[in-house]
Amino acid sequence: MIASFLSTLVRVFTGARGRWIPGAFDSAAPRVFFANHSSHLDFVVLWSVLPGAVQAHTRAAAARDYWTGGPLRRWLASKAVFNVVLIERKQVTRTNNPVRDLGEVLSAGDSLIIFPEGTRSAGPDPAPFKGGLFHLAEQHPEAELIPVLIDNLNRVLPKGELLPIPLICSVTFGAPLPRIEGETKDAFSERARSAVMALRDHP
Amino acid sequence: MTLLHDAHARWFFEGLLAFLIVASLIGWILSRKVASENARAVVRNLNSRIRAWWVMVAFFAAAVASGRLGSTLLFATMSFLALREFVTLAPTRRGDHRVLLWLFFIILPVHYYFIWTDWYGLFSILIPVYASLWIPIRCAIAGETGDFLARTARLQWGLVVCVYFVSYAPALLTLRIPGFEGQNAKLLCFLVCVVQMSDVLQYAWGKTLGKHKIAPLVSPSKTVEGFVGGIVSAVLLGTALWWITPFTPWEAALMALAICLMGFSGGLVMSAIKRDRGVKDFGAMIEGHGGMLDRIDSLCFAAPLFFHLVRYFHT
Repeated sequence: MIASFLSTLVRVFTGARGRWIPGAFDSAAPRVFFANHSSHLDFVVLWSVLPGAVQAHTRAAAARDYWTGGPLRRWLASKAVFNVVLIERKQVTRTNNPVRDLGEVLSAGDSLIIFPEGTRSAGPDPAPFKGGLFHLAEQHPEAELIPVLIDNLNRVLPKGELLPIPLICSVTFGAPLPRIEGETKDAFSERARSAVMALRDHP
Repeated sequence: MTLLHDAHARWFFEGLLAFLIVASLIGWILSRKVASENARAVVRNLNSRIRAWWVMVAFFAAAVASGRLGSTLLFATMSFLALREFVTLAPTRRGDHRVLLWLFFIILPVHYYFIWTDWYGLFSILIPVYASLWIPIRCAIAGETGDFLARTARLQWGLVVCVYFVSYAPALLTLRIPGFEGQNAKLLCFLVCVVQMSDVLQYAWGKTLGKHKIAPLVSPSKTVEGFVGGIVSAVLLGTALWWITPFTPWEAALMALAICLMGFSGGLVMSAIKRDRGVKDFGAMIEGHGGMLDRIDSLCFAAPLFFHLVRYFHT
């Protein structure tokens, strides 16, 4: 309720539009939406353009250190609003392994939004992907890996700015990334990153 | 207020309503008649354009009927959306963020505030003088020097076209025309009706009879036949609407001609920008029409000239 109000607000402000191939959301498999990361608004915008039925079963992964750093952020990340899966960036141990927490969401049949760069990138290209996506993909072969390009949001609210300017953003969803047997972590991560960047040339 | 009791204004809107109903009926008949896939796409586009016109006319009528505040708010919103489309397409840099905040959230509202409060002196100089001074100053303070002149010039031009030029339309409501007091909203109706019908008629003539391209390098869809047919018929329409203006029929014809020529030029300039940026439309917010800036490009250019002509000859 609050989440859909807030995401409508963000969508009106950014004029964000989702673009995907017809039938992209037909299958019932859980999905891992992996996207470039340039703004704190990223996951809200990505979530807001999803079709309603998909939205209801999609949770975003976000950094615990940022989203618990104050009462407003804690509330936004909580079950009452966006029900974010908080993950550890700083001191990853065996007990708080982010991949395990994220895997549980997929096992429950829900979909995930993740930003494999791990942090917001300042340049035009996404930074190299971290290994989390690779491990998730390996442990959950049933999940569809969907590359997503969020365009222009870095101009709306660049890193280090407090107030956003109202520009029109677009969110482009690609075809599921195919699995390649025996692929190394680095090769996979680079292929996933290229799949996100390739969506720039989408008409 | 007064507009609701004005018989001429009522006739104008009743006429508009009748026109939309006829257009929708024609669109419906066409959608049942056409056979080829190509023609069907054209008719689908025509019908979504007509549907969008219903919405736009409803917004316009409600704003005009609610007086100067409503009209000012409507055009301020249109300026905001147009500027958003313009900046989205214009390359800006990280260092432009703060100056963009100024454009959207300070200069634009303050400028429209001056129209609402009828402060002509400041309305006419805020953007051409003070915003033009402030934009490069703020960019210099931000410290990013790459492409400096081109960046500041782009922001300035976008602000002038999307905000300053558009705002001359609601500014018509502030003119004091002897013998026409309290009726200026009808001038706004005249301007918007002639400029938009000129677009529609140019499209209609171009689609039916168009053969010879008028500006092949800038806008391949504009034809000589569309230009001549559209402008002649829109001038005739403007002349036929002389009774909602303080003009004589001859004067209404010349005003309509000025509006149409500027409107055509506005469309041409905006096409050149779209061509340069490699896009077909500025946005996708109005179904069948593209974005806000695609719909009001001709109004941007026609409004200032019309305002000054009326101001010079009638006040």
